[in-house]
Amino acid sequence: MSVTLKINGETRTLDADPESPLLWALRDELGMTGTKFGCGIASCGACTVHLDGVPIRSCQTFVGDLEGAEITTIEGIDGKAAAAVQAAWNELDVPQCGYCQSGQIMAATALLAETPKPTDEDIDAAMDGNVCRCATYARIRKAIHLASDKMEA
Amino acid sequence: MLHLLQQPLKAAMPTRRSFLKISAGTVGGLVLAMNLPRATASAAEGEFIQPFVHIRPDNTVVVLSKHFDMGQGTASGLCSLVADELDASWEQVTVEFAPSNPQVYANSLFGVQGTGGSTAMANSFLQYRQAGAAAKAMIVAAAAKKWSVPAREITVSGGVVSHGADKSATLGELAGLAANEAVPAEPTLKTPDQWVYIGKSFPRLDVKNKTVGAPRTYTMDFQRDDLLVAVVARSPRFGGKVKSFDAAESKKVPGVVNVLQIPNGVAVIATSTWPAIKGRSLLEIEWDDAEAETRSSDAMIAELKDMTTRPGVKVREDGDVDAALEASARVIEAEYDFPFLAHGAMEPLDIAMMFDGETAEFWFASQIPTIDHNVAATVLGIPFEKVKINTLWAGGSFGRRAQADAHPVVEITTLAKAMQAAGMAPAPVKIVWTREDDMAGGYYRPMSAHRLRVGLDEQGNVTAFKYNIAAKSIVKGTPFEAMLMKDGVDHNMTEGAHDTTYAFPLMNMDQSFQDTKVPVLWWRSVGHTHTAYVMETMIDRLAKEASKDPVAYRLEMIKDDPRKVGVLKLAAEKAGWDTPLPEGRHRGVAVHKSFGSYVAEVAEISFREDGTVKVEKVTAAVDCGTPINPDNIRAQVEGGIGYGLGAILRNQVTLVDGVVEETNFDTYEPIRMSDMPEIEVHIVPSNEAPTGIGEPGTPPIGPAVANAIAAAKGEWATSLPLAKAGLV
Ligand code: FES
Ligand code: FES
Repeated sequence: MSVTLKINGETRTLDADPESPLLWALRDELGMTGTKFGCGIASCGACTVHLDGVPIRSCQTFVGDLEGAEITTIEGIDGKAAAAVQAAWNELDVPQCGYCQSGQIMAATALLAETPKPTDEDIDAAMDGNVCRCATYARIRKAIHLASDKMEA
Repeated sequence: MLHLLQQPLKAAMPTRRSFLKISAGTVGGLVLAMNLPRATASAAEGEFIQPFVHIRPDNTVVVLSKHFDMGQGTASGLCSLVADELDASWEQVTVEFAPSNPQVYANSLFGVQGTGGSTAMANSFLQYRQAGAAAKAMIVAAAAKKWSVPAREITVSGGVVSHGADKSATLGELAGLAANEAVPAEPTLKTPDQWVYIGKSFPRLDVKNKTVGAPRTYTMDFQRDDLLVAVVARSPRFGGKVKSFDAAESKKVPGVVNVLQIPNGVAVIATSTWPAIKGRSLLEIEWDDAEAETRSSDAMIAELKDMTTRPGVKVREDGDVDAALEASARVIEAEYDFPFLAHGAMEPLDIAMMFDGETAEFWFASQIPTIDHNVAATVLGIPFEKVKINTLWAGGSFGRRAQADAHPVVEITTLAKAMQAAGMAPAPVKIVWTREDDMAGGYYRPMSAHRLRVGLDEQGNVTAFKYNIAAKSIVKGTPFEAMLMKDGVDHNMTEGAHDTTYAFPLMNMDQSFQDTKVPVLWWRSVGHTHTAYVMETMIDRLAKEASKDPVAYRLEMIKDDPRKVGVLKLAAEKAGWDTPLPEGRHRGVAVHKSFGSYVAEVAEISFREDGTVKVEKVTAAVDCGTPINPDNIRAQVEGGIGYGLGAILRNQVTLVDGVVEETNFDTYEPIRMSDMPEIEVHIVPSNEAPTGIGEPGTPPIGPAVANAIAAAKGEWATSLPLAKAGLV
């Protein structure tokens, strides 16, 4: 089956099993490996991408449902929130192994785009689905606040 | 050098993946026959090449990391040692992982090339500084000749080599000339006051790539146009074997190219990952469980508890502990049990290789390259030098990738041979473990049972301490046994207890070994994961028996351990131990030494309305000798606390009739953002040799939280995780 959708602003046609998760289509068919496989059951957030601007789990989003969709991945994020998040992540040396961080950055960017001045409760709510086994959570929290400040500046 | 591999590797395969028979002679011979590493190959035009540092004409300084990096920051740490002595600018430094060659890149504390036990900086501190200092001396010598000036008048700073105000060059410009200079045997090292990076917080080199989803970072990302991806159906019970299988439906999945039986199960091979996963779900397999572990974890725990009631192997024997207990005014008794824990690294296991019939090339996060390399050569039946390992960044490990039996290498090499036997054209292949494969696949932190009897006199002073522990040994029966077991004693199981510096007048410790097909492995901080919990909760109980403050009691009992005293006092002071707590808050403390480093943690908790525990804040103090990168030390302690906290709160792997129940993050619920306490990390200034920091933050958090709960409720949890007691 072939599905036409926009990925990072480019129109792409995917010739894939409609049951295939978007995650594997991105990684294996399109060679975009920034989006990670962590659990496959929407429990870890490593595979987070944006669908029409909203963070979703690409491991539980299926190619057959994506005709006409607009997807943004870690390779394609830009804009004020994304730039602030990536800068803050670098400034605070957030990543350890780094494997979860594409997903963390996608989730944090979506949060800040929606809520430029998040409270700690907002951060808990927006980020709880994104597991970091290295437990970099304390720095992620700090970096989100820092990114928020950067967006204001 | 090869003592680690002098045991027959046959013994390294005690698991359900086992089938290899390799003699020690073969393995030793293979190591010695290996090729010189790339790093000592002749220099390209204008390039400076030494084993640990290359300087390129484009002015890049490449540091070759003999350690892999699973997030602990070692790669950047090693770069800082070289950059400091070389006086390079941080911006010109990059890191590459060294090739597999134990003669050049051995971990001096292991004797083979490998990472673990928080040894990376400890064994490299001198070596990498010497490499940087030697490179600098050669650069300076080359500049002196070029400019015809005395070497002592040349200075290097920030990557710029100068003589007075009129002559200057970059390291890159002098690299080619420096390559011809003699390598100084004993280069002069800087004194600590001259350090420019060591001891200062410097940014990690891998952060940028990890914030943009850069390609070719992790094994999972490995790609080739003709890459095949395999997933393997392995026995649901440890030790089970394939009896028969039907792949007809799997083979109908578009993209599936073959389904092959390998010693370890049935591999579905496809052109990409999804068809392989889908194809595997359609396999029909009948398993032979004749030799499998079919018990439930409850039965295994019961067996362990029973073992602790009887004498075992003597780990420590100060005297007649039973007589001393008999003579005591009172005896405190406690029993503890700990579950299997999965490592749950964020990147599930994976490995990629290409075998053309004569040579093999690997791409994966190899934690112990010497073992991986030997096993690969042996299974494939090719010489050691025909195997090349490219080490990639690891998406976590926490010990999981440091296997004595190299089971991923065994699996992929046997798959390559099966593909060859099936007449398939040589092609690169990657095995992907799904989360379920990874989590249900064993190699757990062993479950354990502990039985303690502590004698007290009238005043509550300890008179005797008797400690029996039972667990499956991580090292017994593996190639590590020769190095890590002495006189039949496995100190990995009892570290942090038998060697305690608490001043007990008499302590005996026995250990018993459980026999099970469930493979076990080191899990971030190994034996300390259970001993720190037992010792530090027991000490808290003893303080209470003696009617003393937990910090004051510990300080009395560790008088002769000044560095432990140092971290305990610092953590207590920074946490405001002597100040009153807000309503509803409770504090607990723990202090523990592991991997040469001392860490004290004070946990502050509250209870939610439903009675569950919320850890609000943790104040940590750490003494890991000379702090190389303070910010990375803080990061490792923060992460180590979070990792340990998640486990003691709610993680366990349980078996029902031998089948693992928790197979993904829905049932093995990891610590999340909303669970994470505020963490403060204080570092004790020190000029001692640097010691580990990847693991030591983990052991104290469990007992610190348990002690805080006990401060509120008067009882210490003795069966983990805390969720079992309804506290989570
Ligand atoms: S891989 Fe999609 S949420 Fe874990
Ligand atoms: S940085 Fe390792 S899992 Fe998040």
